[in-house]
Amino acid sequence: MTERMGFFTDTSVCIGCKACEVACKEWNQLPDDGFVFEATSYDNTGQLGASTWRHVAFIEQTRPVRTSGDGDGGVDRWLMSSDVCKHCTHAACLDVCPTGALFRTEFGTVVVQEDICNGCGYCVPACPFGVIDRREDDGRAWKCTMCYDRQRGGLEPACAKACPTDSIQFGPLDELRERAADRLESLHAEGRPEARLYGESPDDGVGGAGAFFLLLDEPEVYGLPPDPVVTTRDLPSMWRWAGAAALSVAGVVAVAFSGGFSGGFAGFRDGGRR
Amino acid sequence: MTRERSMVPEAEFRSYYGRPVIKAPIWHEPHMPTYLYLGGMSGGSSMIAVVAGFAGHHRLARAARIAAALGAAAGAGLLTAELGRPERFLNMLRVFKPTSPMSVGSWILAAQGGLSAVAAATELTGTLPVVGDAAVLATGVTGPLTATYTAVLVADTAVPAWHGAYRELPFLFAGSALASAGAAGMLATPRAEAGPARVVAVLGAAMETVSGAVMERRLGPVGEPYRLGRAGRLMRAARALTAGGGLLAAVAGRSRTLTALSGLALTAGALCTRFGILAAGRASAADPRYTVVPQRQRLDGERPA
Repeated sequence: MTERMGFFTDTSVCIGCKACEVACKEWNQLPDDGFVFEATSYDNTGQLGASTWRHVAFIEQTRPVRTSGDGDGGVDRWLMSSDVCKHCTHAACLDVCPTGALFRTEFGTVVVQEDICNGCGYCVPACPFGVIDRREDDGRAWKCTMCYDRQRGGLEPACAKACPTDSIQFGPLDELRERAADRLESLHAEGRPEARLYGESPDDGVGGAGAFFLLLDEPEVYGLPPDPVVTTRDLPSMWRWAGAAALSVAGVVAVAFSGGFSGGFAGFRDGGRR
Repeated sequence: MTRERSMVPEAEFRSYYGRPVIKAPIWHEPHMPTYLYLGGMSGGSSMIAVVAGFAGHHRLARAARIAAALGAAAGAGLLTAELGRPERFLNMLRVFKPTSPMSVGSWILAAQGGLSAVAAATELTGTLPVVGDAAVLATGVTGPLTATYTAVLVADTAVPAWHGAYRELPFLFAGSALASAGAAGMLATPRAEAGPARVVAVLGAAMETVSGAVMERRLGPVGEPYRLGRAGRLMRAARALTAGGGLLAAVAGRSRTLTALSGLALTAGALCTRFGILAAGRASAADPRYTVVPQRQRLDGERPA
């Protein structure tokens, strides 16, 4: 594997232009996802999905924020954030995929091989972020590839390329983490204690995200899970409970027949011949 | 004030326009829940076929072999129809992937389907009885696994009502499978020889009822979807039918009417359980409360739900 690549989405400089959504659609030739008016600020996309690999969230808040030092100014706050697949270190979608269609690329990203996916749909409820989805007319699961094709050609992903404010930054993950820590420090120094990083820590429930964020409020306000955990973390325990239950099936049936063991193995042979 | 309300304070929960955080399971009805029933019935029937063979209950062993084969074959058909790309169903056996319960389950079901088909075919044709006996013995392993792996499959998701229940779901599924197989055995075997099937049905119904109650109690607020709406109605119907069918099986003896009533009630109860589980999973995923509140409590160092 070459260096692990990632996205750092700094929502504090997002202006909600949706250039990332458009660039993603254009480059990846994604079909439309319906033309609807959601009445949720400027968000008419709603959520990430099979044909929406970047989604700009708009949150209008009337909570007063501190302005130029003379107390609360009663200013409304407008949060914008471009959401994307997190390309988790411990990716549930990849873990549960039964065909091997989902795989880890040389850039450390998680990608669906469209010629392998048989549309079983298991990855859809497995993702703790609700990212991947099945396109019903096509039957297969789709999500952000972090522009695997562009990366192989030495280009940055379309969304990062199109972002006019560098809210979406693409690069080696280690470098992005350093850059994010610096940015967080300077925001805190500017008196914005609400700034926080999301998904940057390798110690979180998904082992750290390959695409992480700087947020200005709690993650759930942006539609993100506050403490996501990869479901397969508990898989060994799940199999142990299922193994015990399987034994109980055998035990119950054995009990039901107890007292009636007259045939021995010969019982089989008689049964088989009739 | 109901118990579940008092445990989830509304005010402490924020979301993005009330939208779900995770995606709901996209598996279809009736395919997926009917497969859960058929897989359980097949696995339980295989176990009955094995033990009935040893115990010399030939008629019951014969019926159980056939039920196991039919259940596995029909279930595999439903699973194929469930795929977004059914023509690629063989991709399920492209790899063996221990981290994917669906991959492990595909191999289990392939073995169960093949072995139970051989066991039933040799039984019906009278050819190669030794091969048939070997096959049915092997289903003594694949059968119970077929009946319970599906619990791991649904629990290994981000759906709170499923993942949170990963301890109880295998026993709920095992109980449901035993009740289904016992019911099939009761209905398909001359009543004089169906005694052990009735016992399996009673014990399975009891296991299903008890593990369902334990699951809902331990889940607390996350278990709310099993009580509300369509899922709640299905789970209540399942409980009534399963408990009723189990009690009837205990007293049915050789009565034709009681046996039929009991077998049908248990089968309907098992189907309601499976449809109810899917409906509860969807409801659990659709409301961000069930995703956000337990995670927020965990972060804030409160009691994890």
